[in-house]
Amino acid sequence: MSDVTLHHHDLVACHECDLLQHLPSERRGGRVRCRRCGCVLHHSGHDIVAVPLALGITALILFALSNAFPLLEFALQGQRDATYLLAGIRELYAQQMPILASVVLFTTVIAPLLHIALLIYIYLPLSLGHRPPAFAAAMRATRAILPWSMLEIFLLGVLVAAVKLAEQATIVPGPAAWALGLLVVVLAAAASQVHPHRLWDRVA
Amino acid sequence: MNQPGETAFARDLIACHTCGLVNRRLAAGIGARCARCGAVLHRRIPRSLSRSWAFLVAAIMLYLPANVLPIMHVTTLGRSRSDTILSGAEYLLAHGMWPLALIVFVASILVPLTKIAILIYLLLSVHLRSAARPMDRLRLYRFTEFVGRWSMVDVFVVTVLVALVHLGRVAEIEAGLGALFFAGVVVLTMLAAKTFDPRLIWDNVKPDGRSTAH
Repeated sequence: MSDVTLHHHDLVACHECDLLQHLPSERRGGRVRCRRCGCVLHHSGHDIVAVPLALGITALILFALSNAFPLLEFALQGQRDATYLLAGIRELYAQQMPILASVVLFTTVIAPLLHIALLIYIYLPLSLGHRPPAFAAAMRATRAILPWSMLEIFLLGVLVAAVKLAEQATIVPGPAAWALGLLVVVLAAAASQVHPHRLWDRVA
Repeated sequence: MNQPGETAFARDLIACHTCGLVNRRLAAGIGARCARCGAVLHRRIPRSLSRSWAFLVAAIMLYLPANVLPIMHVTTLGRSRSDTILSGAEYLLAHGMWPLALIVFVASILVPLTKIAILIYLLLSVHLRSAARPMDRLRLYRFTEFVGRWSMVDVFVVTVLVALVHLGRVAEIEAGLGALFFAGVVVLTMLAAKTFDPRLIWDNVKPDGRSTAH
């Protein structure tokens, strides 16, 4: 296989315009951008393993909280009720909308959970000093799953729904709404802290 | 930025999608694997244009029912109302909640239309081997990739609202078929953008910035 490789580990091809270029040898504490299109090629900064692992574990706890507690609590003409994330999905299913229910289930439960699970799967072994099995597949899966994890958009949906209902009923955000707000921030931070090229330089 | 240089394609090199290692292209091109991580190497996303077109055409076909059919039926104290994507935004506006009305209008109406138009333009420009303004076209691509997911917001509004069906006789909310078609439009346009390879935009641009078309 050695004839396949170019022995320039600082050689990169931009993934948005394919321009071949060398990474500058001194690249601490900043971003390296493509010479032609300006796409970010390389990050450097703090610990690339400990931070994502911490964020992954935090996200797991917040994910559990956001599914265990009510999202919105409301009172309407003497009746009180609360709504949960999974209840909405179950109701869509009950209303003969299995495909719609599956889309919502995937984008608000399965994809975020996979994202969190992959973070821990990749970074826990790395922090203990060894490379997880199927590392390449896990890295690919992480990148593929990211755009389908839509909790931040779901949170906006909760806000719009709460405002629509505020006319008819008294609405109070439940514990899950706060947990979800934090989870969105933690997952965005985790996604921005994953630097595949630097990880590969480290494990290879 | 915008400096002359060579692409990996021109030098017969392939950057691995998974780990970023730049590999030399093998003579027996198809099925070659990355020397570092073992991922299958592709110079460009395979059949990028035809797959992207397929997703886009499917999205366009779902677009009409997504906007015409109601996304939900609301029954309050015996009175029934059906909301479409557009009337949902109008409802918010009529009740003085214009910031939310604006968000819903942008996410549900402006973004899907703009995204479909941009994808048609990008795909056609690659077919016509255009070398014009690659940077601007790349910016359009980045915009569609970044903003497309937010159209899902209306689907989530419906999901949260139907969870209230347990309020029993006082209010009942049912999801409509429009929501299903609308979710389809969002998912399909996302897939169309994902399968479009932005490097195709640059393939007709010579290092000195001129077109390779005759």
